[in-house]
Amino acid sequence: MAGVLIVAEAVSGALAPSTLELAGEGRRVAEALGEPLIAAIAGTNVRGNEAALGEAGVEQVYLADHSGPGVPSPEWTAAAVVAAVKQAQPSVVLISHSAAGRMLAPTLAARVQSGVVTDATRLRVEGDRVIVTKPVFGGSVLSEQVVLANPQVVTLRARSFAAAEPQPRNAAQSIALQVPEAAGGLEVLEEIREESTSGPKLKDAKVVVSGGRGLGGAENWHAVEELAAVLGGAVGASRAVTDAGWISPSHQVGLTGATVAPDLYIAIGISGAVQHVAGISGARNVVAINKDAEANIFKYARFGVVGDWKQVVPALTERLKQLRS
Amino acid sequence: MDIVVTIKQVPDPDIPPHHFKVDEANKRIVGPPGVAPVMNGYDANALEEALRIREKQGGKVTVVTLGPDGARDTLKRAIAMGADAAVHVNDAALLDRGSSLTARVLAAAIQKIGPFDLVLSGRQASDTDAGLTHILVAEALGVPAVSPVSKLESVDAESAVARRAVDDGYQRIKVRLPALLGVSSELNEPRYPPLKGIMAAGRAQIPVWSAMDLNITDLEPRVELRRLYQETREARVELIEADSPAEAGTKLADKLREAGLV
Repeated sequence: MAGVLIVAEAVSGALAPSTLELAGEGRRVAEALGEPLIAAIAGTNVRGNEAALGEAGVEQVYLADHSGPGVPSPEWTAAAVVAAVKQAQPSVVLISHSAAGRMLAPTLAARVQSGVVTDATRLRVEGDRVIVTKPVFGGSVLSEQVVLANPQVVTLRARSFAAAEPQPRNAAQSIALQVPEAAGGLEVLEEIREESTSGPKLKDAKVVVSGGRGLGGAENWHAVEELAAVLGGAVGASRAVTDAGWISPSHQVGLTGATVAPDLYIAIGISGAVQHVAGISGARNVVAINKDAEANIFKYARFGVVGDWKQVVPALTERLKQLRS
Repeated sequence: MDIVVTIKQVPDPDIPPHHFKVDEANKRIVGPPGVAPVMNGYDANALEEALRIREKQGGKVTVVTLGPDGARDTLKRAIAMGADAAVHVNDAALLDRGSSLTARVLAAAIQKIGPFDLVLSGRQASDTDAGLTHILVAEALGVPAVSPVSKLESVDAESAVARRAVDDGYQRIKVRLPALLGVSSELNEPRYPPLKGIMAAGRAQIPVWSAMDLNITDLEPRVELRRLYQETREARVELIEADSPAEAGTKLADKLREAGLV
């Protein structure tokens, strides 16, 4: 038995965008290894994704439906994925580098006596090994790491791999797993979803507009939101801004916040501290607007304006509105 | 409440990237001379939380690290901040061999230290950015783990209630003790060592344990670091020139349209 197993997630009845990225890269790795692409999916109401998984290139899916009350605990999810991996004996397991994936990947690796590399930005197959490119040191240094045993467990950074293009294919064949409620020590008392004000989620966004301390105060924050709205982008912030309470911490971009990988990242009044730029190393095009020509953020930028955001940003927003109407 | 805090010494993450050199032959990051390594930031948050729990409930806080001779300075800093005791695992055979071995070593050291109610660890180290070791320590100890913890709502002899950050919100999780918590920076602001602590650190005796002391015989790494390198980042920014900032804003919009970005 062999294969490349992806840990799929469904959100409100559809496969998560990160799952399509796992499938796209998983299929590439599977073809290089000459092995099938398979999946495991665990959670509440996860049945019914076989067709979508099939279209994404998955041949077989191990399915664990959480029937108990409440939110499945991380322990239950881990037990389900471990059961799938023990049955399927894959040579590679790909997991998204989400909050859940970060706990799941090492737990799985420990329980199947293998190794794990997290937050990959590129995979390359050499023989039967997957060479994993992983940024370290806040993104300023790159590493290549290899898991020496099988399964090779790897978590993939969001928006760093091309998503699978759905093709008309057979639905994935499903194999049901019975996973008893874990008798472990964790109980999820409640799960609170924080509504982002509007627009896409930071980590999935194609455009992110971020503001920093240079904006001067919470009363000016609307300038960031207006530009983001015109571009249909997500709103980000530096740590200084979320610490000061101008916007909720869920908007923080950087080492201690979200890692983003948009096509366009606009940084307004952000100096570009190491801790912030660590979160944007995957951004394809950075635009910096800052009064200080020496600001570190310009080192990462493709386009820059040295000037007062109070004049630059309204003019930019206005012109973009015209261009997009 | 007996708490063990795991600590890693790392190169100072506030040093700008261009001041670092990568020694590709030895696969190591070399910081600029004269800049001392520091306690990993999230580990400092973990220690701070442990000290706050002890201040309210009594008990003992022990810090443990796996690291070379110089890592002793970071343990001294932990004692200066208020830790009651420190253990230094230092053995050339155990260093730089990946998260899996590091976790087994730390777990063995924690068990040798004695019974514990809580292990607090940083959620991730700022040099390797893997976020693996603490989860693997929990696995090796056979205790539940919650990570990353953004708020600790309550702790008593039986259980803790922690907030765990998830992608678009948080979970409130009740965990039975003993348990391990992976601490994030939202939890607290680590204190500066008081003068009294600095004097205590000067007098502290820190035991040094080896692989043999911990009965660690399987030294095989599970992951191999093949290469460590820096991508050259040349200055390539195109600055928008204009007579006024407002005009620059308008020109920037046109530029973004030309480049197909909006």
